[in-house]
Amino acid sequence: MIPELGHFALIVALCIACVQALVPLLGAQRGDSNWMALARPAAQGQFVFVAMAFTCLAWSFVSNDFSVLNVASNSNSMLPLRYRFAATWGSHEGSLLLWVLMLNLWMTAVSVFSRRLPGEMVARILAVMAMISIGFLLFLLFTSNPFERLLPPAADGRDLNPLLQDPGMVIHPPMLYMGYVGFSVAFAFAIAALIGGRLDATWARWSRPWTTMAWAFLTVGIALGSGWAYYVLGWGGWWFWDPVENASFMPWLVGTALIHSLAVTEKRGGFKLWTVLLAISTFSLSLLGTFLVRSGVLTSVHAFATDPRRGIFILAFLALVIGASLLLFAWRAPKVGLGGLFALVSREVALLVNNVLLVAAAALVLLGTLFPLFHEVLGYGKLSVGLPWFEITFPVVMVPAVLLMGIGPLLRWKEGKLGASALRLKWAGGLAIVGAVVVPVMMGGWSILVAMGILLAVWVAAAGFANLAGRIAQLRTSTGASASAALRHLPRGYWGMLVAHLGVAVFIVGVTLVRGYEVEKDVRMNPGDTVTAGGYQFRLEGLKPVQGPNYDATRAVVSVTRNQRSVTTLYPEKRFFTVQQMPMTEAAIDSGLTRDLYVSLGEPLADGAWIVRVYYKPFVDWIWGGAFLMALGGIIAVTDRRYRAARRYERSLVADATIPVAQGTG
Amino acid sequence: MKSLRFLLPLLLFIVLLMFLWVGLSLNPREVPSPLVGKPAPPFQLARLDDPAKTLAEKDLRGQVWLLNVWASWCVSCMEEHPVLVQLSKQGVVPVYGLNYKDQRAAAQAWLDRNGDPYTLSMADPDGKVGIEYGVYGVPETYVIDKTGVIRYKQIGPVTQKVLSERILPLVRQLQAS
Repeated sequence: MIPELGHFALIVALCIACVQALVPLLGAQRGDSNWMALARPAAQGQFVFVAMAFTCLAWSFVSNDFSVLNVASNSNSMLPLRYRFAATWGSHEGSLLLWVLMLNLWMTAVSVFSRRLPGEMVARILAVMAMISIGFLLFLLFTSNPFERLLPPAADGRDLNPLLQDPGMVIHPPMLYMGYVGFSVAFAFAIAALIGGRLDATWARWSRPWTTMAWAFLTVGIALGSGWAYYVLGWGGWWFWDPVENASFMPWLVGTALIHSLAVTEKRGGFKLWTVLLAISTFSLSLLGTFLVRSGVLTSVHAFATDPRRGIFILAFLALVIGASLLLFAWRAPKVGLGGLFALVSREVALLVNNVLLVAAAALVLLGTLFPLFHEVLGYGKLSVGLPWFEITFPVVMVPAVLLMGIGPLLRWKEGKLGASALRLKWAGGLAIVGAVVVPVMMGGWSILVAMGILLAVWVAAAGFANLAGRIAQLRTSTGASASAALRHLPRGYWGMLVAHLGVAVFIVGVTLVRGYEVEKDVRMNPGDTVTAGGYQFRLEGLKPVQGPNYDATRAVVSVTRNQRSVTTLYPEKRFFTVQQMPMTEAAIDSGLTRDLYVSLGEPLADGAWIVRVYYKPFVDWIWGGAFLMALGGIIAVTDRRYRAARRYERSLVADATIPVAQGTG
Repeated sequence: MKSLRFLLPLLLFIVLLMFLWVGLSLNPREVPSPLVGKPAPPFQLARLDDPAKTLAEKDLRGQVWLLNVWASWCVSCMEEHPVLVQLSKQGVVPVYGLNYKDQRAAAQAWLDRNGDPYTLSMADPDGKVGIEYGVYGVPETYVIDKTGVIRYKQIGPVTQKVLSERILPLVRQLQAS
């Protein structure tokens, strides 16, 4: 009964979505406010039914209803409760339902937090989002029904893929999807603006916090996925340039370009077409990612069950959504005027160059991901591009982008003379060079790679502080305020930028130092053996069998000492999942600010010895710390007062639809 | 005419779409190989576990064997690996590994970590033998008969299905002849 209810709720949601896609849009064209007013209740109603469907599916999983095919294939009565719940989105069907749920969450959020927007804008935005929702609901109902029954019911389920039985897996997909799908808001704003012909600074101001929020979610989602790969796959790597990882990284890169481009459109009214195109591209890449993952066009470690029918459906949907938006763009773009003029040395130019570099980076990733496909389609057969392509090409584009990151925020809008800021940058540059020489030597060995990484990281961080110092000095001379008052006076948007850029610096430190100084030892160990890595002694004390809820495991006890002093004891496990007949490696990690100690069990050998992997990973947690700082910066920027203050200000102006442009903040 | 440049994104997208469309209709696993039915190209390569010793194609004459091209950097190899490990435990047919464009230490560590299904692995660090065999990408698997003729080539991971439906029946047939 419950699964049928869920199925029915999905159908109702589809019907509501159809109405929501049509009526408000027509209303906006005809200027009929009653028709337009339908958008908000329709969006909220649709959310209620999608949430109901999701709850029904989750219920089927939690209550072990093995008469549902999806549950029987992806769960098991021995599976712990939290993973039974997470298994709701562990399958292809379930993850699509999660996608739709996230879309509806964003849609409802737009319907609630859009009181300051003109009616026809809201109507168009929600109509565009409903169209996307229709596509995915149809996809669910016709090719991937999560509620399909299995008759007769299975006695027990086939269990969730052991790789997914992990706390990271419980939160990683929702976060990632929040980001992916969140870009649909920026997309809908762009399409609505194109339809309405209202492509101006106000539009940019409205879509900016939404875009930044989605970007922050995506950042966290990617970081969680990378962290999951680090400790679950048991290889100690954190990024593999796998097609599925790339699928989430491309929208991130273009989304990063988008949030910067939106800044120019908001502050200076420039780059309008570029911004619109980026908004369309970002969401298109999210859809493309979904296509790549779901259609089986590319093989990957993440490969889910693939079905060519599904591939054709998503491809058709992709063609329709992206094709139609690009056609709309080609039709409307010639009528959009240019923004303000700017000089060669100005913040606009810095941002433009950074944008181009970010888009080029995304293009490289796209090319690397799809190259095997191109190669095959053109008749040259199958091929895997692999790591070397990405590791060589990616830094070529990103290094100049990071160098520019230090300079850009110090330049002024429209016209810029480096002048006083150049003087401060000299300090930052000097510090960076000193860091590049000293840090690698301190870490125990100079290499060009490490020096370059540290140079970039110190440069970005120091330029950030130089920028802050400059802003405070400027405020003090102009207002006579004290330093602490000046600090408080700085807008959150500015703080957000500083924190996010600092995150980039922290991230680079992590990547560089791990790459430069990690110690990886795969050794054969008998109980009692000791191995040394990175100055730590790892002693295999013993092994014992352990019984888990749905697996049998061998747990090793490894004591770690340094200079005869005990540091910690680690318990890596080799688990064997009985239902799926699949072994899994559960690494044991002692995390720290300056290093991770990572131990995992390889294969047992004939005489009771084991292959043990002992890794010393300096500063590896800085990689994820940096990503979280970036996301935090985004969130701080979203809470900027001007979005709230502007709300009051605009409400009075919306009637005559002029363009309020607040000058002077970050 | 100037406004035509705004059509550029759309045109690029259409090209991409066509690739995806054709890609979807291709079977990613099957590509006819000109080498099937021809004698396996000769080689003499250093063994992965002991570079001092070598192994040549002619040493393997007189038995049916599989040649599996793999690398520690290859993601898809992880996918087929459990299938190969399972196969090696059954002992039906020897599997020889061609470690393609890889580093010895990384390859050895990979085997220690994931299990070693190979009777022996040979190192082909610069991929020269791979070129002789027409390796498109990693992984690939060849079925070679008693007289040293390539009978089948699998491009991409060996799945349980491919193994039980294509490779093992062929191996049995060749072993019987």
